[in-house]
Amino acid sequence: MDIHEYQAKEILGKFGVTVPEGGLAYSPEQAAYRARELGGNRWIVKAQVHAGGRGKAGGVKLCNNEHEILDAAESMFGKKLVTHQTGAEGKGVYRVYVEAAVPFEREIYLGFVLDRSSQRVMIVASSEGGMEIEEISAEKPDSIVRSTVEPAVGLQEFQAREIAFALGIPAKLTQQMVRTLQGCYRAFTELDATMVEINPLVITSDDRILALDAKMTFDGNALFRHAQVAELRDKSQEDPRESRAADRGLSYIGLAGNIGCIVNGAGLAMATMDTIKLAGGEPANFLDIGGGATPERVAKAFRLVLSDANVQAVLVNIFAGINRCDWVAEGVVQALTQNPVDVPVIVRLAGTNVEEGQKILAKSGLPIIRATSLMEAAERAVTAWQNDKSQNTNVRAV
Amino acid sequence: MSIFLDRTSRVIVQGITGRIAQFHTKEMIDYGTNVVGGVVPGKGGETVHGVPVFNTVKEAVAATGADASLVFVPPPFAADSIMEAADGGIRYAVCVTDGIPAQDMIRVKRYMYRYPKERRMVLTGPNCAGTISPGKALCGIMPGHIYLPGHVGIVGRSGTLGYEAAQQLKDRGIGVSTSVGIGGDPINGSSFRDILERFEQDPDTHVICMIGEIGGPQEAEAAAYIQEHMTKPVIAYIAGLTAPKGRTMGHAGAIISAFGESASEKVEILSAAGVTVAENPSVIGETIARVMKKAAA
Repeated sequence: MDIHEYQAKEILGKFGVTVPEGGLAYSPEQAAYRARELGGNRWIVKAQVHAGGRGKAGGVKLCNNEHEILDAAESMFGKKLVTHQTGAEGKGVYRVYVEAAVPFEREIYLGFVLDRSSQRVMIVASSEGGMEIEEISAEKPDSIVRSTVEPAVGLQEFQAREIAFALGIPAKLTQQMVRTLQGCYRAFTELDATMVEINPLVITSDDRILALDAKMTFDGNALFRHAQVAELRDKSQEDPRESRAADRGLSYIGLAGNIGCIVNGAGLAMATMDTIKLAGGEPANFLDIGGGATPERVAKAFRLVLSDANVQAVLVNIFAGINRCDWVAEGVVQALTQNPVDVPVIVRLAGTNVEEGQKILAKSGLPIIRATSLMEAAERAVTAWQNDKSQNTNVRAV
Repeated sequence: MSIFLDRTSRVIVQGITGRIAQFHTKEMIDYGTNVVGGVVPGKGGETVHGVPVFNTVKEAVAATGADASLVFVPPPFAADSIMEAADGGIRYAVCVTDGIPAQDMIRVKRYMYRYPKERRMVLTGPNCAGTISPGKALCGIMPGHIYLPGHVGIVGRSGTLGYEAAQQLKDRGIGVSTSVGIGGDPINGSSFRDILERFEQDPDTHVICMIGEIGGPQEAEAAAYIQEHMTKPVIAYIAGLTAPKGRTMGHAGAIISAFGESASEKVEILSAAGVTVAENPSVIGETIARVMKKAAA
């Protein structure tokens, strides 16, 4: 689960990381008011969206007076900010954060991630802050310092000092850097984060180490023990269909294609999408309805997949092991009888009692296209979608 | 032979009194698995499907001689149960629980390394379907009848995709020595490499089928191991060619976040290591059959 920059800064501040003073605003007028509260004569107005790359997309603006603040905030509020991380649809801006501008000498990159090789928390830092980590690893790989943390004892001071010296931080600021690193590590572990990123972490002209930006991502599986973190969820930053699915216990991700997928199991769901692509189509979604394909789940899945207006055919691929194919087939028939759909439906069942399952589908009288293998199902789905498309064109032509 | 489980394995089920755990305990017993007990704190003295329930793993091990465990405990308590198994003398544990916090798994892994290698428990999972040595024992939630006994070792992250492979093999009359699910989580008990090492040493396994997906370094680590150490042929399928970058595809660990973690990169790395990669999931069975025929010739 992602949170906003201002929320990450508030959290990290509590763990001893120094952050600039700032204020949150829900309107341009409030943004101007926040700037007056902060004082000074230069401010940064920052769009709060769950995505990086805001600066290049016009989501971060330096302002010298109240008019500029009003203009900057007006240019952001209610707009979709499109960055290289948001996709073409962008993310809506409903909050901006106003900070006093801070003159600084150096920018550092600092990240904490779950390293899957060492199966530990890894610190990734670079003296080349301000760029994204992908750019740094491509252009200045030698500037990157990595260090993994022994989980039994946590981040030790010597380790933090080693990082500080490797980044060339002046000796008089070592202790501040140690405090920053240990604060981030404690926030990461105590709140079950999966990522903490400060980019840039700056050394200010008055010798402070300050987090100019901050990003945190949390482990969705651990939210049950962090109610205060769970409350920070902002649905305005999520795809509404994905949020709705997640709230109903289904794992759904919308894609750009036309063939909807209903599958049990995450691996098989990905394999189904891939096979559609191999057959010449484009999948409209990833959807894992879980191990047990009950009629209710299947019906729910159809409603969800068809809420995407681009879907022109639906491929159902269920491997029924302990829950037999005949039972799954009955569920599909029940779901489609109660909620008829107006696009071709291709059903492929495999596993226990597959023949009985096929018979139930055939006898139902529903226009279900059946298939034996996944490849065959994908090919039939692509053909059905193409036929359906051309038919629709004819209807419109008449 | 087989790996991890055979007819002599004495299996306990942690969390045995739960509704779904009871169901799968019955399935395991019906399959012929030697289920000797269960563990649920506070429910010691009860019985489930004729096997005794104990309060602690240590009591269960002392009373039954259990050496394997199926951890069927809800996510908030699963890590604790795995550590209890590791400390209680269990040699092999399967954890099927989906949704364990990643940091709990970091703690589990660190805890397991307290024990010297000869006394260290092996964990597979979490978030997996389990392990089966067909005709011998089943420790997990998979449908046992889709596996024939034989010589193909299966190792995979995904449950149903693994079933898909087993069914395709069965349709061709090809059997399986052991099928191991390593699970879809980012921090897991055993990696592809760990399981490949076991299959390489198992005389009953002649060919290995590896089913990977996007996310994480374990397929690439396996490729390096295969190239340097494996004599047996390996067939792979990697799911997620169409998965967008940076999105979690169902499994907590199925997310492309670094170089080498996409399906196409993994296919390339495995192919370069001499692995035969099946292009689509419908041809896993026939690809294995072809490789076996070639190996026999």
